[in-house]
Amino acid sequence: MREPTRRTAAELARAIHAREVTSVEVTRAHLDRIAAVDGAVHAFLHVDAEGALAAAARVDAALDAGRAPVSPLAGVPLALKDVFTTVDMPTTCGSRMLRGWRPPYDATVVSRLRDAGVVILGKTNMDEFAMGSSTENSAYGPTRNPWQLDRVPGGSGGGSSASLAAFEAPLAIGTDTGGSIRQPGAVTGTVGVKPTYGGASRYGLVAFSSSLDQGGPCARTVLDAALLHEVIGGHDSMDSTSIDAPVPPVVAAARQGATGDLAGLRVGVVSQFSGEGYQPGVLRAFDTAVAQLRALGAEVVEVSCPSFDYALPAYYLIAPSECSSNLARFDGMRYGLRDGDDGTRSAAEVMALTREKGFGAEVKRRIMIGTYALSSGYYDAYYGQAQKVRTLIRRDFEAAFERVDVLVSPTTPTTAFPLGERVDDPMAMYLADLCTVPANLAGNAALSVPCGRSDDDGLPVGLQVMSPTLADDRGYRVAAAYEAARDAAEGETLIHAVPELEVATR
Amino acid sequence: MTLTAELMPYEDVLERFEPVLGLEVHVELSTHTKMFCGCANRFGAEPNSHVCPTCLGLPGSLPVLNGGAVEAAMRIGLALNCSIAPWCRFARKNYFYPDMPKNFQTSQYDEPIAVDGSLALLLDDGSEVTVGIERAHMEEDTGKSWHRGSSTGRIHGASHSLLDYNRAGVPLIEIVTKPITGVGQRAPEVARAYVTALRDLLRALDVSDVRMDQGSLRCDANVSLMPRGSSAFGTRTETKNVNSLRSVERAVRHEMRRQAAVLVGGDTVTQETRHFDESSGTTVAGRRKETSEDYRYFPEPDLVPIAPSQEWVDRLSATLPELPWQRRARVQADWGLSDAELRDLVNAGALELVVATVDAGAPPAEARSWWVSYLSQQANSREVELAELPITPARLARVVELVGEGALTTNLARRVVDGVLAGEGGPDEVVQARELAVVSDDSALQAAVDEALAAQPDVAEKIRGGKIAAAGAVVGAVMKATGGQADAKRVRELVLARCAP
Repeated sequence: MREPTRRTAAELARAIHAREVTSVEVTRAHLDRIAAVDGAVHAFLHVDAEGALAAAARVDAALDAGRAPVSPLAGVPLALKDVFTTVDMPTTCGSRMLRGWRPPYDATVVSRLRDAGVVILGKTNMDEFAMGSSTENSAYGPTRNPWQLDRVPGGSGGGSSASLAAFEAPLAIGTDTGGSIRQPGAVTGTVGVKPTYGGASRYGLVAFSSSLDQGGPCARTVLDAALLHEVIGGHDSMDSTSIDAPVPPVVAAARQGATGDLAGLRVGVVSQFSGEGYQPGVLRAFDTAVAQLRALGAEVVEVSCPSFDYALPAYYLIAPSECSSNLARFDGMRYGLRDGDDGTRSAAEVMALTREKGFGAEVKRRIMIGTYALSSGYYDAYYGQAQKVRTLIRRDFEAAFERVDVLVSPTTPTTAFPLGERVDDPMAMYLADLCTVPANLAGNAALSVPCGRSDDDGLPVGLQVMSPTLADDRGYRVAAAYEAARDAAEGETLIHAVPELEVATR
Repeated sequence: MTLTAELMPYEDVLERFEPVLGLEVHVELSTHTKMFCGCANRFGAEPNSHVCPTCLGLPGSLPVLNGGAVEAAMRIGLALNCSIAPWCRFARKNYFYPDMPKNFQTSQYDEPIAVDGSLALLLDDGSEVTVGIERAHMEEDTGKSWHRGSSTGRIHGASHSLLDYNRAGVPLIEIVTKPITGVGQRAPEVARAYVTALRDLLRALDVSDVRMDQGSLRCDANVSLMPRGSSAFGTRTETKNVNSLRSVERAVRHEMRRQAAVLVGGDTVTQETRHFDESSGTTVAGRRKETSEDYRYFPEPDLVPIAPSQEWVDRLSATLPELPWQRRARVQADWGLSDAELRDLVNAGALELVVATVDAGAPPAEARSWWVSYLSQQANSREVELAELPITPARLARVVELVGEGALTTNLARRVVDGVLAGEGGPDEVVQARELAVVSDDSALQAAVDEALAAQPDVAEKIRGGKIAAAGAVVGAVMKATGGQADAKRVRELVLARCAP
């Protein structure tokens, strides 16, 4: 098989299942690629070569024995965001607090991947506890954008998206609390999907903001993302907020979309996501994409969602509030870092020292904001108001979806920004999630699909497609149709325009 | 204020002040599993043997609500005449403490499952007081800290602490009264009677072990005083660590006397948590906090709201067991008891036991007599609660049955009961092992009678001469010779037949 790392997951699965190539060969090719380029990219915090090859060998053995593949992705490698618990690998969440922590249990998403024969290569880098938009908040150093190594890969799931763009893995898992799957997807020219809230289990996903966190698939093509979505999605009795309904037929929708017909589909362009603060090249790429959708038969209208203007401030009250409570458990008493336990200090003092040392600046900032917002006397003005805004945003979505089938916008206001540019300016950093947070606050489905490159800096741009709750399939259909049309027009998938990385010699 | 606070004589307290009580009772439910995970809910297991990622609060873990605990909470609410909320939620109560794995407690806050009820109490003199119930809400228990290296077992002065998370996540129901006013000098008694009534109710519902000594029923007593003639509540204290019914009464009484002395001395009562000291019968101030704790409550995002359907509520309501006050009324009517007899039965803590004994087949009069007299004496001498005696109502019923059949005399029956209490097995086993059966074999008795008559020839002569009353001495001798195992009536018959003129 021609260079396995350049293939899609669907192609790899087909070839493995047809025994044209073994899962071990495919896995080894990806491990080799990681060894060659990850020094420059730093997408991974931990690579489990031995475990991955063993898992691949098990898939090969079953196939060689004549058994049917356990899933459409059996034997295909994957990169896992280091925010999901794994019994056989450390789970650090990009934090010094959890350096080397080995959980005693697998996240539900991880069990489902293992049960499906997906080969987990390792754990990917992320902003500490998923708080950030650039992966610069990782305690283990930043990940670099394969498109341009002095640029950020987005965040918090920059490691997962960069691993795809660097051809270190054909599939990845991310989590999206305010855009942490879609925004890195957009700036690395890859596909990132935030399923409907409750669409994939949160059990074993180390919580940042429980009412917003959502795990989801990352891939280089819409179909690959859909295949992965069906593996990890569905009800889990261990997660009370997981939806007890069948997974939307996203694979079928992706296949149907790829036929290129969007006749009769109503697409709404969110009028709030344009204008000041948006990079002109991003807007031009977005307009070209909208024109493409129209050409595919979609009926495009402009839709106003006035409450979206308040989404970012509401998000930056709700998410820190929940995080201030969720991260309280990191106190050095039971697991992870413990600092200052020299026999002279009280438990409270050890807790304080541990948290001082274990958390980075952004995590501390959010814990403080959230602690303040929940304090008595301030609760109504901050957390209470933010929840009201959340309701208004949900209503804006409901009203919009009465008029249109999906909403579209740029995924991010700008392309990947230079490393270090926004680290001292939290507000500028937060703006990277401007277009993505409304779907987290309302809980509906949204994804980002590559939509060409910005003509002003040559970096990838993402098209965000938002669909109603539990209508995830609509987004896949639109994204697949758009993807097929764009690839046909350009002659190749966008990701293949990514520069060759300098390969380290082994 | 000195450490050993002045106390005002109780009578003087009441002359000047009216006490106001508020009682918060925490009940550990006896569900099979914990509130939010599948771990066994078991008291007294090897430390940290019933734990999992969820009750240890490990990163990534999530709670799943125990439906059985919700049902128990609703039944408690219904039995307390509360309204069941058509929609309610959990919240997070945020504070740092090492025995709390997540550093927040998942608890109901402003949206409890049951509100606005009442509980009728029977006081020692048979009068009734109704206490208003503010709310009953669900929460999870914390782990348990064992502070080591200090003389008191409290954290102050300890060198280190051991943590057992078996209790972390055990379902708790907190039941809070409305302010109890107007009970005057009976406040301490009312407090005890309330906890007693609540314990009996929970026992009837079979939702908890209700063992104060094991912490499955815990009472915090809020006490304040208002000057006679005033209607504004005074500053209250909350006394914790009140681990027995008697302590509830003592703690309230002590706080009333202490606060009265403080107020009369011109000081103000400090709003604080105090600990009851069992040995001295006094309360001691807890560590004073610089600032009042801000728990930063907010709705628990990891759980979905609970919306019990009306059908569910109705079904639970219809299937509540007979509650203590209903049982009292029924028993009094069925057994024809006077108010005083009923009161004695209740005060002895014997009502449930007698009912159970009757249910096991014993006649009410006998069952009542056993529990209220002989067994109460046994409990007293052993210094345990009646219910803690190692005899079941079913076994007692068997003893009563044997007496009824004539197989045991009352005297023998007591010795059988002694055997059962001594752990020698069931009544039939004790009868056999101790050879306590009534000697009803006439030939054996006849021999004993002849022996006795031969030993007392003058008495035998008198009987033959028609002095039947003299037979008593012979009967006594036979009873003595047979170790009390003979049926005295039969012995008398045999004596008279032998001496028939």
